[in-house]
Amino acid sequence: MGVTRNPTNITQGSKTKGGLGESTLRPDGTLKVTGEFAYSSDMWHEDMLWGFTLRSPHAHAKILSIDTGEALATSGVYAIMTHDDLPAFTKYGLEYKDTPVLADGVVRYHGEPIAIIAADHPETARRAAAKIKVEFELLPLVIDEETALADGAPILHPNRDDHHAGHVTHPNIVHRQPIIRGDANEAAQRADIVISGEYEVGMQDQAFLGPESGLAVPAEDGGVDLYIATQWLHSDLGQLGPVLGLPEDKIRMTLSGVGGAFGGREDLSMQAHACLLALRTGKPVKIVYNRFESFFGHVHRHPAKLWYEHGVTSEGKITHMKCRIVLDGGAYASASPAVVGNASSLAVGPYVIDDVEIEAVALYTNNPPCGAMRGFGAVQACFAYEAQMDKLAAALDMDAVEFRQLNAMSQGTIMPTGQPVDSPAPVAELLRRVKALPMPPEQQWLAGDSAGRSTDVRALPGGLSNTTHGEGVVRGVGYAVGIKNVGFSEGFDDYSTARVRLEVINGEPVAMVHTAMAEVGQGGVTVHAQIARTELGVAQVTIHPADTQVGSAGSTSASRQTYVTGGAVKNSCEAVREKVLELGRARFGSYHPAWATAELLLEGGKVVTDGGEVLADLVDVIEGETIDLELEWRHRPTQAFDLVTGQGHGHVQYSFCAHRAVVEVDTELGLVKVIELAAAQDVGKALNPLSVVGQIQGGTTQGLGLAVMEEIIVDKNAKVRNPSFTDYLIPTILDTPTIPVDVLELADEHAPYGLRGIGEAPTLSSTPAVVAAIRAATGLALKRVPVRPEHLTGT
Amino acid sequence: MRVTFNVNGRPQEADDVWEGESLLYVLRERMGLPGSKNACEQGECGSCTVRLDGVPVCACLVAAAQVQDRDVVTVEGLADYAKDRAAGRCGTGACGTPLGEAQKWAAKPADGQTGESTESGDLSPIQEAFIDAGAVQCGFCTPGLLVAADELLERNPSPSDQDIREALSGNLCRCTGYEKILDAVRLAAARGESVTAGEGV
Ligand code: FES
Ligand code: FES
Repeated sequence: MGVTRNPTNITQGSKTKGGLGESTLRPDGTLKVTGEFAYSSDMWHEDMLWGFTLRSPHAHAKILSIDTGEALATSGVYAIMTHDDLPAFTKYGLEYKDTPVLADGVVRYHGEPIAIIAADHPETARRAAAKIKVEFELLPLVIDEETALADGAPILHPNRDDHHAGHVTHPNIVHRQPIIRGDANEAAQRADIVISGEYEVGMQDQAFLGPESGLAVPAEDGGVDLYIATQWLHSDLGQLGPVLGLPEDKIRMTLSGVGGAFGGREDLSMQAHACLLALRTGKPVKIVYNRFESFFGHVHRHPAKLWYEHGVTSEGKITHMKCRIVLDGGAYASASPAVVGNASSLAVGPYVIDDVEIEAVALYTNNPPCGAMRGFGAVQACFAYEAQMDKLAAALDMDAVEFRQLNAMSQGTIMPTGQPVDSPAPVAELLRRVKALPMPPEQQWLAGDSAGRSTDVRALPGGLSNTTHGEGVVRGVGYAVGIKNVGFSEGFDDYSTARVRLEVINGEPVAMVHTAMAEVGQGGVTVHAQIARTELGVAQVTIHPADTQVGSAGSTSASRQTYVTGGAVKNSCEAVREKVLELGRARFGSYHPAWATAELLLEGGKVVTDGGEVLADLVDVIEGETIDLELEWRHRPTQAFDLVTGQGHGHVQYSFCAHRAVVEVDTELGLVKVIELAAAQDVGKALNPLSVVGQIQGGTTQGLGLAVMEEIIVDKNAKVRNPSFTDYLIPTILDTPTIPVDVLELADEHAPYGLRGIGEAPTLSSTPAVVAAIRAATGLALKRVPVRPEHLTGT
Repeated sequence: MRVTFNVNGRPQEADDVWEGESLLYVLRERMGLPGSKNACEQGECGSCTVRLDGVPVCACLVAAAQVQDRDVVTVEGLADYAKDRAAGRCGTGACGTPLGEAQKWAAKPADGQTGESTESGDLSPIQEAFIDAGAVQCGFCTPGLLVAADELLERNPSPSDQDIREALSGNLCRCTGYEKILDAVRLAAARGESVTAGEGV
């Protein structure tokens, strides 16, 4: 096949296929459907050992002694390490370095790692772990606000030196953020009706399917190569260096396939353990958590107690809001400080309320550590303020959607933090759209769903169990809308890095994009290729594996990667394009004046003017050269919130999603069937419409899970009761309804391509919409999620 | 213990297998076939679904010794399995579909660069539909879902939505919200029907 070399022979200004705005398919799709895609648990090395972790059976205890003798004597065991064997710094953490690599004489939660073992077979390692003898002395438990702040309460981290230590009112408070704006007490005087409520959100788990796992290979230079599933390679690297006692250039990390993350891979899990064992034994060490261990191996969503008060005039305008949000952070800080910042600054919801008094705190307790999960502090608040909205509307005898629309924020609204919203905020419009979607037919089990597809008795609550044929089944409809910040807030230097190379290979221009972005399933790799095709006008784009040989991309979380790393790829591509045009001017500038005078683009493998005139083949322009640039990119800066007033321009961008839930409830058995969960979301600009819809549907389903089934049960001894997929339930295909999605694209002029982060917002409003629908069906108040059958039957 | 069985039509042998080892462990760690995934190892998530003598099973719940001399099909063998089925052959001795009923798929795998269909490779119809419908995000659930969905379509070439939901209810997916997985199975079924209809079968 010959390559066209004559610029006059091509379609002028032809767009490159697979560019932005198209539903381009995943570059890793084929590998994933054939089973060839290498996830972190698939890593394998000749002669590798298996690592295993011995974890605490108690939530709070002093370790009196550890006897590893018998375990170490087991044939096939190569090494056992405890706190005393750590070579360097013994703690790590995302915000505060408070988490011991291995228990430091005290265990502070059920499942805390005490010792690690390397053996020739996973079963050998497990059996050896069972032979380690640990003597404990039980300590009194801190399990909630009352026990955390009581006189004489055990102080879980007595020697705190984090940057909030001097600000909190009690050492068991991780962080506290008040936000005061206007005068809520004075505004309350104008209220005709005041409604207050207390709400509770259970502990949700990310429950990504690919277990925590990876392979550490010791290197000849005394360093280590780590193949790992994570959300942020460079954050892991920065924490591993001090713990391993190695300079960062001796720790080389490569992202291996990630089976979902949702926040649960922001903290270290087995990274340090695998590297320590590899360095100790001189052999490659693989660690793969089983599902049981996974429930102890990562942080969860903060369970929360929320108290809210709203006032409203008889015309339906909200006068004021007061709230207090208490988040249980568990034994270690993890991302709790930032979760507090989000919960407080987004506590008001997407509404205009000038006079507010907000306080959010996170506590240290002996419960499982909590940190990042999709929605990050905004989920808990959304459940409470949306329940309040329904109560207020009901008290006014107004339609719940109209009431929300009447108070909806919009572009120009001042947030409680004093920050003006300077991009579209189509809250009322999203509610209008989701309400306008066609309703599923009544008695769907007889009539078929909204898309006209047939259903049957299996569509009823109880489903396959055939517990009803429709008698005792009532339907309800509920609405909710939420607001989520995009990116890292409060003054964080939230940058990303991208390296882009352009060269001619086999007569074709080929671009290579190299970033350290963790592809966790969200589709960033697809979008990066689309950006490069669009900006450079080339068909072929190679995505280099993510590793630490390129600068940091920041975390794949906070709906930020397409914004920030996408921005970095765009930025680097633009710089590469400038170089191409410079080369072109030098080589061909004398042949055509347009080289100097016109606005030039790269499209379809050509250099073209903005008028569509072709000037040269890209191949001819770059022949013999390789253009290779690595640039950083930052979004506009943010500020920390004032620790007393909460004022500050803390967020970069906001993201909005609205849901309508239709549920049917078997009131006798307390069984809920979500019939349909429709979503409307503003995405700014849909860079890949197929992926956008997929993200919204996935986020919606996690919110449904929190509404009706997902909860880690922690008993009064702070022990986890259901660490398995048998007992921790996530939605199956039978629990998940049709999810119609209406995508709105109102560009944000401050963001690359006008885009808006999308992954998290749908998780917020899905939960309160489902619960509102169950309330509508049953007339029950339902203050807590997940809603369980006993809450519906009163048993 | 030595275990000998057929995987994707080829005889395989594993030595020094512990009595407690699962089929999943032997496939992944001893035979270099990590396509079947280890998400729960408790029979709850379906990520490890393989066909054992044609029957979908959770490989994590099958003791390796139980598969002595039997036929296993994993996601790695799905394309060949579908091809053999379409041609009326049976690579494993376990195909249940007679020639006349076999679907005649026109498999077009995705391009590694763009993910779009090309003419050259060979994916099974259900694999191709998963890519085309956007049913793959992190993809950890995908191998198990593909094996289960392929078996469903073998039994029932035009399933209703409730049939699909019932057949795939043992396979958890945490990323997609399932809508696009339903789309993929509908798409594969529709393509199968249109191929058959086009040929006047
Ligand atoms: S890994 Fe076998 S069912 Fe989950
Ligand atoms: S679990 Fe990630 S795509 Fe299904």
